[in-house]
Amino acid sequence: MLGADAMVKCLEEEGVKYVFGYPGVAICPFYNSILDSKIDTILIRTEQNAAHAASGLARVTGQVGVCAVTSGPGATNVITGIATAFADSIPLVCITGQVNSELLGSDVFQEADITGAVESFVKYSYLVRDADEIPRIFKEAFYIANSGRKGPVLIDVPIDVQNAVVNKFKYPEEVNMRTYKPTVKGHAVQIKKVVKELSRAKRPIICAGGGVLLSDAEKELREFAQKHRVPVVSTMMGIGVMPTKHPMYYGMVGNNGHPYANRAMNESDLLIMVGARVADRAVSQPDLITENKILVHIDVDPAEIGKNVGPTIPLVGDAKHIIADFLEEDFTCEHEEWIRVLSGYRDTMGRVRKPNPEYVDPAEFIRMLSEAMEDDAVYVADVGQNQIWSCNNHVVKDGRFLTTGGMGTMGYSIPAAMGAKLADRGKQVVAVCGDGSFQMSMMELATMRQFDVPVKIIVLKNNYLGMVREYQHYTYKDNYSVVDLSGSPDLEKLSSAYDMKFMRLHTMERAQETIREFLAKDESVLLECLIDPMDLVK
Amino acid sequence: MKKIYSVLVENRSGVLCKVAGLFSRRCFNIDSLAVGETDDPTTSCMTIVSSGDQRTIEQIEKQLNKKLDVIKVKTFDETASVSRELMLMKVKYNKGNRRDIMETCEIMKAQIVDMSKKTMIIQICDVPERIQLFIGMMQSISIVEVARTGTLALQKCLETDVP
Repeated sequence: MLGADAMVKCLEEEGVKYVFGYPGVAICPFYNSILDSKIDTILIRTEQNAAHAASGLARVTGQVGVCAVTSGPGATNVITGIATAFADSIPLVCITGQVNSELLGSDVFQEADITGAVESFVKYSYLVRDADEIPRIFKEAFYIANSGRKGPVLIDVPIDVQNAVVNKFKYPEEVNMRTYKPTVKGHAVQIKKVVKELSRAKRPIICAGGGVLLSDAEKELREFAQKHRVPVVSTMMGIGVMPTKHPMYYGMVGNNGHPYANRAMNESDLLIMVGARVADRAVSQPDLITENKILVHIDVDPAEIGKNVGPTIPLVGDAKHIIADFLEEDFTCEHEEWIRVLSGYRDTMGRVRKPNPEYVDPAEFIRMLSEAMEDDAVYVADVGQNQIWSCNNHVVKDGRFLTTGGMGTMGYSIPAAMGAKLADRGKQVVAVCGDGSFQMSMMELATMRQFDVPVKIIVLKNNYLGMVREYQHYTYKDNYSVVDLSGSPDLEKLSSAYDMKFMRLHTMERAQETIREFLAKDESVLLECLIDPMDLVK
Repeated sequence: MKKIYSVLVENRSGVLCKVAGLFSRRCFNIDSLAVGETDDPTTSCMTIVSSGDQRTIEQIEKQLNKKLDVIKVKTFDETASVSRELMLMKVKYNKGNRRDIMETCEIMKAQIVDMSKKTMIIQICDVPERIQLFIGMMQSISIVEVARTGTLALQKCLETDVP
């Protein structure tokens, strides 16, 4: 058995079904060995998207997403995808080919110091020097990626190591690292403290972040909110923790969130942050948030607690375990008046839009679309105005809402939607992007066609980089700089080049029928919605 | 606020780079850094002296702990530690100042460890403030070059230490 065979065997042991990637000489031994395996390989059209596709798959399955690319430019191209997964805490194992061990450090063809380059974007990285180390390293990599605060792990394998003979292959059953033992269970004393504050609080609120979804704790959180009548708001990454229409859910917070959600958070006397980083987009002034309230911060990563805001009660551990512990506690709390107040805000503080009837109103369109989508569908929003309209208007029922709230990488939606569709072909998967973000990933239409991945794509077309244009509208008084997208391709012709069904919606008049037809069959469709170029999210 | 971090790490290539990178990426200061193998050849001990406000000090410890090559982090004040620094200093001397130099060395408990007809190397091992004081004392003499280890420190012995 060769090193490359061992690498494939490790992936099989981990139950990997798909590897997204792009070959090159330095990773060829691996791609040769994988031919004998049942693992499917998906040839993505640019390496960055291999990591995004793996991210989409990981988020839907809860398993580690895997990508494999070659050395040098292949490895450097994948960095943005890795950094995106790192910011969003998505478990990935990224394998990179590397030049021959003996040539390391001599700047030969397609050599890049990738472990050095990704150091600040990975949870951990390995440069494999001995083929016999492959089983241990892969076992550790998968464990590190998908435990504690999840994130990407990179394994760099020189070509001679892939070609070396492995003397004995034994996949370890356990990981034993003296430096890595993430805290899962919450501290009992801290849990009691939180419960005590909860039973005293008049205006408690939970702010749920992406960590709740990553720890698969939606069920527990919903049960807890229901049982103790604690209202819930979410960050962008936390959308989907509660069904949008759940009576205890009060929307997304942050500078792009719902005004009523922010007001609810500000007026609370007990704020329980769970699986959220308290980053600038969710909480613009972290210092103020603790002024008039008790802050409980629950996170699996101890370094997040106290990083942006000093909590009254820190609680380190996995959200699922901690909320389950809360559910075990016997206490009562009474805040019906608070719920009445919040429901009043929710009913009266919605954003009032004045849509231009000559175009599609993206807000109304997204509401109609999500109502028509299947209950367990996956909705992937890209980055830009489309993302904010999606966050504010998409109605999550029993499905998932995916977007990159941490890194905000344009072009994420199409590859991530492909990963999500491959994770579960039975699910309806819709990617919503703008004409800017679409053009960052449109090469993947070929991948969708080649591997028959029927993702549905909506392009909200306004011929602008809308989010930046909006910023320039407010900050630079309409002095637009480098945001005009004229020159973009005719999407109808483009769809036909890729044998894809194409639809176009000009106004809201035919929205209902168009959406129905768009969703009707399990096939790839590109729906272009013409939206007002001057439309604003705020 | 000054703090000393005694960081036990895996003795592997690249670990120093990862730890130093963490400090630069998160804009933490490094006043001094000293690394060496411990009694166990698989581990190294890094002694890092850093300064910052309360939140920074806490973050440094947490971020260090988050690194997967870090086994253990101990954070302590200078007053709670025994710290030493070793310095080698090469100076030019002449007949006129040779005696002065030797006297200063004697007072400061420094040793002359090498010499030629024109230059000598002085070794001093002391707490960082006294090293600084020694440099000050020698400033009037022509210093050729200086090499310092940076602070090495261990937490003071406590009754609770004993296993």
